[in-house]
Amino acid sequence: MIAIVKYNAGNIYSVYCACKRLGFDPIITDDVALLRSADKVIFPGVGDARAAMTYLQEQGLDQVIRSLSQPVLGICVGMQLLCKHSEEGDVDCLGVFDANVEKFRPTDATFKVPQMGWNTIGDLKSPLFAEVPEQSYVYYVHSYRVPVCADTIAQTDYCGWYSAALHKDNFYATQFHPEKSGSIGEQILKNFLTL
Amino acid sequence: MLAKRIIPCLDVKDGKTVKGVQFVNFRDAGDPVALGKQYSELGADELVYLDITASFEGRKTFTELVKRIAAEVSIPFTVGGGIHELSDVERLLAAGADKVSVNSSAIRRPELITEIATRFGVQECVCAIDARCEEDGTWRCYLNGGRVPTERTLFEWAHEAQERGAGEILFTSMNHDGSKQGFAIEALRRLHEELSIPIIASGGAGTKEHFLDVFQQAHVDAALAASVFHFGEIPMAELKKYLADNGIVVRQTSSKQA
Repeated sequence: MIAIVKYNAGNIYSVYCACKRLGFDPIITDDVALLRSADKVIFPGVGDARAAMTYLQEQGLDQVIRSLSQPVLGICVGMQLLCKHSEEGDVDCLGVFDANVEKFRPTDATFKVPQMGWNTIGDLKSPLFAEVPEQSYVYYVHSYRVPVCADTIAQTDYCGWYSAALHKDNFYATQFHPEKSGSIGEQILKNFLTL
Repeated sequence: MLAKRIIPCLDVKDGKTVKGVQFVNFRDAGDPVALGKQYSELGADELVYLDITASFEGRKTFTELVKRIAAEVSIPFTVGGGIHELSDVERLLAAGADKVSVNSSAIRRPELITEIATRFGVQECVCAIDARCEEDGTWRCYLNGGRVPTERTLFEWAHEAQERGAGEILFTSMNHDGSKQGFAIEALRRLHEELSIPIIASGGAGTKEHFLDVFQQAHVDAALAASVFHFGEIPMAELKKYLADNGIVVRQTSSKQA
């Protein structure tokens, strides 16, 4: 069973649809027992990091997500919430990845924030990217980013290099939106769902 | 590097695409979902669906349509038309739209942008602006698809929209729209230079060169067009290749990886 964490994130339905297109039948739930017993858990996220953390804490989901032992995939803000701290709302996050989330600081006016659109991923080192060519385009929408760190498994360049994806133990995460990245995104989702 | 985006725009009325569409061997031209999938496979980077239905029933049909688009299309899409209040935004985002585009309703009540940005985040709100360059050189904003002039002008309204939390500006030049003579380069360049959010150029695309011009000279982030794509006048893959050959960073897809 594949579970998508139900909380106040904006892209849950899109993630659900992408899984369905791949032939999987996920459930959307905030039920602790179901989350713990799922084979795979997807932790989506669009919106404000602080608001999301507050909601997760109120629901007790912060402890649950942190303690999951099956493969977990964080997406976008979901990835940021798995880090130690986010500059967005100056909030402590779940602390799975040993990295902090910081705002894009454009070095010149040609860099617009949010970064919105398709950018390439490179230096791919994870089964998450099986059959995904280097320099494939994926879809991004974000104003905050995770610097390159020990857990980085893919990088993207926008005002400098940052973590396109992270992996540590059973936790995987992408800053981009695989559910919106055409066939490349579907390959990445499929790789996760068949880990 | 971040790629420049090419965005086909589809007008929808009562659940069907309005403008004629002529794809070779493509039978479902009236179905917005099939058409969106087709564009996605051809390499479009994003889609915009504009609901031009006036009736309440039509709005319900559009929401159902948005759900079907979300289920079948694997690239981002923006929806616009008939968005007056936060509950409209909530309904469309819950149906699976990635962004909403507000136009006349935001000029009438600018707080709408603030409300959307606060509730859903700046990335969700595209501010569409229809403006005409008057004889005195002023770019005047218009309401209701260009029928009603306002006191607002393009640059001051674009600045306010950004301050209020719009994530992108979609500017259509009424002087250029439908002319197929090229985009409003000067005004678009000024928007790009003055604002810190992405700019989408709209109105005037007739040839591949027009897209090259708007990216090279106005430095916009994306270009939107309708009829040149719908009538097959500019094939998507050919446009992408032409832009890449001329040094513009674009996402090129094989038919397999669209």
